[in-house]
Amino acid sequence: MEFAKLLDITLGAILINNFIFSQFLGICPFMGVSKKMDTAAGMGMAVIFVMGLASAICWVINKFVLVALGLAYLQTLAYILVIAALVQFVEMFLKKAVPSLYSALGIYLPLITTNCAVLGVVLLNTQNNYNFIESVVYGVTGGIGFLIAIVLFASIREKLRFADYPKAFEGFPIALVTAGLLALAFMGFSGMSIPW
Amino acid sequence: MNVKKQFKDGLITQNPVLVQLLGMCSTMAITTALFNGVGMGLSVIIILTCCNICISALRKIIPNDIRIAIYVVVIAGFVTIVDLVLKAFIPALSEALGVFIPLIVVNCIIIGRAEAFAAKNTIGASALDGIFQGLGYTMVLVIMCVIRELLGKGSFGGGMIDVTNGFKVVFDGTGSGIQIFPAQYGALVMALPVGGFLTLGCIIAFVQHMLGKGDKKEKKEDAE
Repeated sequence: MEFAKLLDITLGAILINNFIFSQFLGICPFMGVSKKMDTAAGMGMAVIFVMGLASAICWVINKFVLVALGLAYLQTLAYILVIAALVQFVEMFLKKAVPSLYSALGIYLPLITTNCAVLGVVLLNTQNNYNFIESVVYGVTGGIGFLIAIVLFASIREKLRFADYPKAFEGFPIALVTAGLLALAFMGFSGMSIPW
Repeated sequence: MNVKKQFKDGLITQNPVLVQLLGMCSTMAITTALFNGVGMGLSVIIILTCCNICISALRKIIPNDIRIAIYVVVIAGFVTIVDLVLKAFIPALSEALGVFIPLIVVNCIIIGRAEAFAAKNTIGASALDGIFQGLGYTMVLVIMCVIRELLGKGSFGGGMIDVTNGFKVVFDGTGSGIQIFPAQYGALVMALPVGGFLTLGCIIAFVQHMLGKGDKKEKKEDAE
């Protein structure tokens, strides 16, 4: 039963309720860093990492500090501070411990603070009353969904350069229309569910 | 004169969504009924104005190195206030917008205006900037709502305009909206996420086209 629920969360976060295409979380980095495949993949990896960690830490803080002290109304404020501090900390840690990964992700890490997918996932964890394991699974798989979306989108966008479209659509609008069509494709998953 | 320029900047030439391309997530996510769009727009106007005033007033005290963290705390404070007020007085709106109210914290419009405008200008100018930029955002939301609601559900003013008992404007989200054509003929896709991407793409393309025309005209005049 427990396993089924985790599988349900995983499938939901990656395909059925993909963070980008059906929940509209994290559109800014999705649009901003999807011009090249490798940078998009780097951003996606960084997001998986931070979303997983943020889910874990925010769950602990919510349970043992905010709810325990009756401060639940400070959730938004506490979460955003945790995320900002976490991103900063991860940056420092990676710089020291895994310099190769740091130089690969480097510039994208600070950007993640303002990625609404990260704040979104911790808020949704609280809203859905997920327990610790469910929260972490939701965070990580949500990040994987983001990675899939941004890599697919970047690979299409690389080809867009050779496409012939009206001049008014240059730059952002054509990217949005492309994302719309991708979202249409992802709608095909919306009927899926786990039978048990 | 300056006020006029700020007004024009906020609504058209520097429109936060259409030209600066900030705050996309909420723009596409919540614009399915007029009620949501107007509610979200008003919330953002209030938060943006308050934050701009606060940050502008503190701009000489805030140390440069940690300014972003301070902005985020100020913004999160105001967002929490608005969130709680909505939950208490307009629960329907709070429910419809869901997680997107707390997510105003990471809406790039607010932090962007704090960094680009409020940190450098006087309190009065920052307050005006907040109002006009907020209005520009609201305008886009309303346009998106009207288009998506009409094409998706064939109605206008969902949640805000009640016609069951004579014409009435309500603010509790119960209005049925004016049915322009039967809902079953609507293109459901416009009400779904896909419609958000497509509508916003087309609106931005239109604005780029119009602004491009203006630029060309100016260049021509310069050449002459």
